[in-house]
Amino acid sequence: MKIFKTIASFAFAAGVFLSSSVFADTVKIAFIDPLSGPFATTGTGGLAQWKFAVEKLVNEKGGVLGGKKMEIVALDNKMDGKESLVQVQVAIDQGIRFIAQGNSSGIANAITDMVKKHNKRNPDKRVIFINYSAVDPALTNDKCNFWHFRFDANADIKMDVLTDIIADNSAMKKMYLIGQDYSFGKAVAAAAEKYLAQKTSIEIVGNELHPIGKVKDFTPYARKILAAGADGVITGNWGADMVNLGRSLKESGFSGPIYCYYCAGDGITKTFSAAGEGMLNVVHEGAMNPTNPELVAYHKEFKAKYPAADLNQARIMTATMMIAKAIEEAGSADDVVKIAYALEGMEFYNDILKTKVVMREKDHQAIQNVNVSVHTKDIDIDYDNSGYGVKTYATVEMASADSPTTCKMKRP
Amino acid sequence: MDLFVINIIDGLIYGLLLFMLSSGLTLIFSMMGVLNLSHAAFYMLGAYLAYQISVITGFWVGLIVAPILVTILGAGVERYGLRRVHQYGHVPELIFTFGLFFVIEELVQYIWGRSMVNYSSPESLDFIAFSLAGGTIPAYKVFMLLISVGIFVALYYVLARTRIGMIIQAALSYPKTVEALGHNVPLVFMGVFGVGTGLAGLAGVIAGPSLTTFPGMAFLLGSIVFVCVVVGGLGSLSGAFIASLLIGWLQTFAASYNVGAADILIAMGYEFPKDVYYHPWRDLWTLTLPQIGPILPYILLILVLVFKPNGLFGKRET
Repeated sequence: MKIFKTIASFAFAAGVFLSSSVFADTVKIAFIDPLSGPFATTGTGGLAQWKFAVEKLVNEKGGVLGGKKMEIVALDNKMDGKESLVQVQVAIDQGIRFIAQGNSSGIANAITDMVKKHNKRNPDKRVIFINYSAVDPALTNDKCNFWHFRFDANADIKMDVLTDIIADNSAMKKMYLIGQDYSFGKAVAAAAEKYLAQKTSIEIVGNELHPIGKVKDFTPYARKILAAGADGVITGNWGADMVNLGRSLKESGFSGPIYCYYCAGDGITKTFSAAGEGMLNVVHEGAMNPTNPELVAYHKEFKAKYPAADLNQARIMTATMMIAKAIEEAGSADDVVKIAYALEGMEFYNDILKTKVVMREKDHQAIQNVNVSVHTKDIDIDYDNSGYGVKTYATVEMASADSPTTCKMKRP
Repeated sequence: MDLFVINIIDGLIYGLLLFMLSSGLTLIFSMMGVLNLSHAAFYMLGAYLAYQISVITGFWVGLIVAPILVTILGAGVERYGLRRVHQYGHVPELIFTFGLFFVIEELVQYIWGRSMVNYSSPESLDFIAFSLAGGTIPAYKVFMLLISVGIFVALYYVLARTRIGMIIQAALSYPKTVEALGHNVPLVFMGVFGVGTGLAGLAGVIAGPSLTTFPGMAFLLGSIVFVCVVVGGLGSLSGAFIASLLIGWLQTFAASYNVGAADILIAMGYEFPKDVYYHPWRDLWTLTLPQIGPILPYILLILVLVFKPNGLFGKRET
């Protein structure tokens, strides 16, 4: 009798355990990005946008698979490669199927390698890597794999668009390239060199990389750029490196345009405010200004919930909705292979941003409209609650849709 | 040539800022025999406090009030923290300041958030002081220079020419004797610690608008300040001064001239690879002086420790 009781209680416990794992109440996405340290601003901003997108665009509309809610699990990687891999393992151990990461291509490269190996060795615990911001072209070229999906336009696509705009600006004769010394900075420099030579006769008067997050004072760099007689500057800098570079240039008497990838939001817009008017030209997907009623409504609700954050990574909305759609199409939130097949080649219309997005089948690079916008006060949706924001003045529709890729992925 | 002159000025401004941090650190070291690892955290605290005050009352009040607040806080830390830990020896003191660094850093982020804050220079200094070689020096930079020089002169005067300075200097070397002569040595220690951290706070106040007030600022400047102090010789004020300027110029000039490994390799007879971005030795070919600039001070640190362990002007063993 006693034995029976013991067995019964074990069985009960096992039943509870099993049911909780089989009927998992939420579809979890592990968000792995810096939530502490020097780059925490970007990480926490991204987290707010993910949480809101999941809540507003999926859960409030009835969830996925007939009522399952989606949930973001935030894991701090401290902007460190090793720590990121530890957090990916934590997510896998919790049974999470979706890994979202974006800040730093170096980390994205490490994660994509780990996910590739993990999925090969553990076919029953496979995960999908949602890369929402890391734009190193290698991720959808030489290093591509079936499990990696990039929702941002990569550095090459952005540079293609940016150089189109620069080619139209007849005042640009000499260009200075400066960036952070890691895979992404190098990719930007290589793309800028290539496209400027292809499309224009602009002379590159400087091409250099500086240590990432270690330069205390950018004044000597600004002096050098001025001394080189540059009419414009192209940079992939982000975070404090972007602010300090821009401010030092301004203070040193530089008056030309700065063409940049990440010079809006996350405190950067506010720090520049009037000083950046007309100077900063940012290339990005997801135009905020001029705006439309749906976007204004979404923005208003977002600001009510996260007054300190901004909608500066519009692709997070697209990624959330496309994942939800892929889960519906696959009919499962766990069968990662089916979900990945549903995602690749997916054509999606984002009715908030009013743009089409295609997840290109051959390399898992999202193809979408890419814009160039200028830092100005003349806007409806601002950044950093500063009254300043970015206004789109040029758009390339479905940019680089037919660009070549070296990706040769193996499909399961 | 013009670029050279402008770099001299930029390096001087940066070096003097470093001095404001390293002077306090070196004084505290000579007093307690312990490196205050939380020094840069007080620098950050100064910037954030000044930002908060400047939002309410404007820049100038913050310039005065924030360093005073940091001084009081620093004195409090000595009185109620370090003094108690002191009896257990140097290692617990070191660990105490190490922990304090992270406590302050997290506290600042808790209060002001993880984003950079918009702490900007006053509008009355928002003009160009003078132009040189097509570049401009903003008035605020000149203001930073004047403040730093003023601090150096004042510090030197107090330490070398006044009675308080004499007691401090004596207490630094022979605390027991000074105590026996009837002076309140713990009070002197508390004062020096307070003023030392207050100087770090002042450095934060004036550097905040120029080098950006953000959560990573303490970490970014923290390690370089130790280099200044060790290279100059632990406990030596003039050593800290010379070393700070040296490192200020070293970093400015290193960032300013794009001399690269490619120039040296080409001079040695090698040919520049055609498609350098896909070349196996890409990292070597594209290596430039600005890229290794940030580690130059640490190379200097190692060289000084190897060849002159006391530092350039130090009298005691590191």
